[in-house]
Amino acid sequence: MPETRQNGHLGGTGAGSVVRPYGDTTGDGMVQTSFTLPVPPGPRAEGAALQLAQKMGIEPAMVVHSAGIGEGFTFFVVYGSVRHLVDLDAVQVEERAYPLLSPGEVNAAVKTRLRRSLVVLGACIGTDAHTVGIDAILNLKGFAGEKGLEYYRELQVANLGAQVSVPELVHAARARKADAVLVSQVVTQKDAHLRNTRELAAAFREAMGESRPLLVVGGPRFDPAMAADLGVDKVFGRGTTPGEVASYLVHALVPAEEPA
Amino acid sequence: MSRLQLDQALVARARELAARAAAPVVDLAATHTTISVERAQLRLAGLTGTDPVLGDGEVPWVNRVVDAVRDQVGLQHGVALPVWHALSSGGTLADLAEQVGAGTARFTVPEGAAADQAREAARTAVGAGIARIDANRARRDELVATHGDPPRRPWIYLIVATGDIHEDIPQAQAAARAGADVIAVIRSTGQSLLDYVPEGATRTGYAGTYATQENFRLMRAALDDVSAELGRYVRLTNYASGLCMPEIAVLAGLERLDMMLNDAMYGILFRDINPIRTFVDQRFSRMVHARAGIIINTGEDNYLTTADAVDEAHTVTVSQLLNERLAHEAGLADWQLGLGHAFEIDPGVPESFRLELAHALLARGLFPDAPLKWMPPTKHMTGDVFRGYLLDGFFNLAGALTGQGILLVGMMTEAVVTPWLSDRDLALRNVRYVLEAAGNLHEDFAPQPGGFIDRRAHTVLTEAVDLLERIADHPQGLIQAVADGTFGITKRAPDGGKGLDGVVRKAADHFDPATELLERIHA
Repeated sequence: MPETRQNGHLGGTGAGSVVRPYGDTTGDGMVQTSFTLPVPPGPRAEGAALQLAQKMGIEPAMVVHSAGIGEGFTFFVVYGSVRHLVDLDAVQVEERAYPLLSPGEVNAAVKTRLRRSLVVLGACIGTDAHTVGIDAILNLKGFAGEKGLEYYRELQVANLGAQVSVPELVHAARARKADAVLVSQVVTQKDAHLRNTRELAAAFREAMGESRPLLVVGGPRFDPAMAADLGVDKVFGRGTTPGEVASYLVHALVPAEEPA
Repeated sequence: MSRLQLDQALVARARELAARAAAPVVDLAATHTTISVERAQLRLAGLTGTDPVLGDGEVPWVNRVVDAVRDQVGLQHGVALPVWHALSSGGTLADLAEQVGAGTARFTVPEGAAADQAREAARTAVGAGIARIDANRARRDELVATHGDPPRRPWIYLIVATGDIHEDIPQAQAAARAGADVIAVIRSTGQSLLDYVPEGATRTGYAGTYATQENFRLMRAALDDVSAELGRYVRLTNYASGLCMPEIAVLAGLERLDMMLNDAMYGILFRDINPIRTFVDQRFSRMVHARAGIIINTGEDNYLTTADAVDEAHTVTVSQLLNERLAHEAGLADWQLGLGHAFEIDPGVPESFRLELAHALLARGLFPDAPLKWMPPTKHMTGDVFRGYLLDGFFNLAGALTGQGILLVGMMTEAVVTPWLSDRDLALRNVRYVLEAAGNLHEDFAPQPGGFIDRRAHTVLTEAVDLLERIADHPQGLIQAVADGTFGITKRAPDGGKGLDGVVRKAADHFDPATELLERIHA
């Protein structure tokens, strides 16, 4: 669509669904990026940076800053106009398919529609010892000004803590008749979080089949769109609050209206 | 350095309460031993290596021998008596370990003259390890005299964490060349809950590199090279925490590490390690650190990553006072106390920077001779790296302004990626700019008596004294307070948590040559 590039006035309210990055003028396509190349500083390094910028679609590109780091590396800051267009119609996002409830609403829904408390089990699995994520969701203290699930009267919460093995977790879920199992994965080196999650899903499938609890995983590097691929019911990414998790649990586990 | 006028009566009261609260912990450490304390004896005596037959060959001989002693005669007498009694008929510790591996070792607890003989032999063997720690301390003094200390305070502390010691080494050397005074090699996730110390040079850690004796040795040698090149002694840090705290402390002393993370309560609260195990282990590890001339770093910054940095500021002060008390009791001097605290107040809170200054000055005023460890923002680093870079600049400024001793360099990519080469470089530029532009600003900076900062510091100190009073009033002091969830909402019972099965009450004839030798010197 070369003509749309030339007119330069895209992305306004009535201009359709194609937009470009905005620097200071509609349609200017300006982006800023920084990166390091394993090349000593100098004209050759700057040329290399420009080549990369062009291959990234930034044209014309300006290397506005370059500085050597240690031996044999150069850091660059590049500004320029990117030729790519963004088609908003082709953007797919997973929008929240359930209403966000207050703790009072969550408690009321569980009490009147489920008529028993909802059993939630949380853990960090594998070698992951970072309980920050699961604690933020479960601990009374909570996260981002929201109280954690322990605060919800109708949720019966057990936090198994760090480095729980998958078999231990399956065993605990069965023993406590857990409705939902929440697993946090912070460490992502070598994609450990994805591997561990698949292992988790497979173990529950094998041990409990259809009667397995709801499986929910979360962590800063998860892509929420990956739930099906990973074999779990729900994936929460960065910045998830306890309220969102509680609302999802109600949506997924509590009958929609009056029980039959 | 600090111009805060603290109420000295209140400060004295705080220390008195901390001593009372910590007393039951000290008793506990005197009346119990742990499998890791016992294994540390064998490490000091020079036993290394793993049993090649068991498992995947990852089980160290020290574990095999201690477990065998425990199975045959129990650990209430300590491992030294039965082990050196078994050696009285000849052979080396390594030979004895082989016999344990083969299932032919027989242990008994000697009495009378045989016990005297075993004790003497154990003192000699363990004393050799302590002599090596002493020699390392002398060597460090010599190298510092030759190359020099960093030219200013705070010392710049930088982390490497690739999982592969052979990747860590060039990164650590590059960081030192770029200005780092202290290199910390973060441990692999999960090592704190391993009840053995892995062996050899390792290349497969997760989010960090295993702490092993060989990794310690390799990294210290690499930093010695770069220290000579730079004309500045570059210090090395690792972690004496988790289930193997005593053994890691010994390995640090044997390989001339310079600083160790070593908190009295971190493992209990954040890793759910049994409280008794932790308190017994931490005392032994601190005695080793005292002897080795190692600076410990405590972990108060962690409280603020889970609790609110304003509401819970006094818990940091309380923990610092308890850590100080337990450190002094184990023989550490003030210059060895890198008491921790952090810049973790929500930047959206009005006056957040003034509050940070008040908290930092309070720590400075309470512990004037300790090299405080100043930790950068993590909780409110959002992925907006530009804002994060500014926040780190303010953190650096607060560190310079309040005379912090050790400054952990904050990364603008905190919570986004493990730091890139460029992240580290930019972070060091940030620190250098602030220290060069404003490093001596503390000379001109005096908070007004009765002003905002002064009042805030006094409030936190008062809250800390109130909390210490509640802890000291518990019949079991700190132990009961931890069980009641006094620190945060985490309740940790004395009979709960990981590693309790490794705790043993000492018999009257318990013999621990390392503690005996270490106490003899500092008494």
